[in-house]
Amino acid sequence: MSGELSMWVEIPVAILLVLSSLFALAGAIGLVRLKDYFQRMHPPALASTLGAWCVALASIIYFSALKSGPVLHAWLIPILLSITVPVTTLLLARAALFRKRMAGDDVPAEVSSRRTDQGDSPMP
Amino acid sequence: MSPLLSNAILLSLFLFSLTMVLTLLRLFKGPSAQDRVLALDYLYIVAMLMMLVLGIRYASDTYFEAALMIALFGFVGSFALAKFLLRGEVIE
Amino acid sequence: MKRLFPAPWLSLALWLLWLLLNLSLSAGHLLLGAALGVLAPLLMRPLRPRPIHIRRPWAVLRLFLLVGREVVVSNLAVAWSVMNAGHRPPRSRFIKVPLDLHDANGLAALSMITTVIPGTVWSELALDRSVLLLHVFDLEDEAAFITHFKTTFERPLMEIFE
Repeated sequence: MSGELSMWVEIPVAILLVLSSLFALAGAIGLVRLKDYFQRMHPPALASTLGAWCVALASIIYFSALKSGPVLHAWLIPILLSITVPVTTLLLARAALFRKRMAGDDVPAEVSSRRTDQGDSPMP
Repeated sequence: MSPLLSNAILLSLFLFSLTMVLTLLRLFKGPSAQDRVLALDYLYIVAMLMMLVLGIRYASDTYFEAALMIALFGFVGSFALAKFLLRGEVIE
Repeated sequence: MKRLFPAPWLSLALWLLWLLLNLSLSAGHLLLGAALGVLAPLLMRPLRPRPIHIRRPWAVLRLFLLVGREVVVSNLAVAWSVMNAGHRPPRSRFIKVPLDLHDANGLAALSMITTVIPGTVWSELALDRSVLLLHVFDLEDEAAFITHFKTTFERPLMEIFE
């Protein structure tokens, strides 16, 4: 530990951390307040995009100043999240559509017609 | 660490825990199974962000690895649960 | 050369990932990371259905910046309308977007972009890849949204992948 950090490092780090937690809180408020399931799918993206970016940026600034050299490995978190979160979100959306259609709820019908369904070749 | 930064870290940790409480509310309330999976996934993401904040609080690299672990296990867990909801079986 | 590096960009990305994870530039880690970068794509080659040909690297960078800006803007919009949801409920609905992009890798990239951006969730793709079902959080004008979606994201992806 190399003593005190300057104010010019600590102020941005503090702002970024509070900002990120505010975004995460907004996401949770949305998760609790919104009425429909498909509406509730959107707020979690707040924490996994801008929330994660702010924390990663704060971490990079802080550790780079602390060790007086670039410490960039916190960027891996947003990159990892932007690869994994779409996969789960997509699968959850499809699962919800499937289950709601089974239950006979008011959701759009399948976008592909039956005829193209059968003659279609597997992924090229 | 100056009082400004340590107070900001405390505030953001407090807000993150409030987030987790609200998410738990959704997790217990449901009403459908996919709501619970969504809340669980969100819980993982928030826990991971908290780990990064704790890493800054204690100026330690170890928390970063914990965050990576949480991200990976959270992804695998939510993926398996969502897949289960899609067809009712995990392995096809 | 082509046999040794079936996916040069993937090799480079894996090498950088290894160096970032270990936070060191020592000779040992440079070598280990290079071994990972060469071996992993070779072992994974049977899993990859089609190699990716990136036409214009600069278009990739521009799309990247564009998506970053869009993420920030729509983050603020979604947070704002979540806070106001009490007296002005968001106008969420499903829309159908006709697609001109048919490349599998391009569609994968498009699905990642739409899902990462808060406010839109990619819900379902027709099996013949002609129509996409999209859920939008707060939709004002459907025609304007579809035009915006196609010009901002689909056209650059078509330039890159097709």
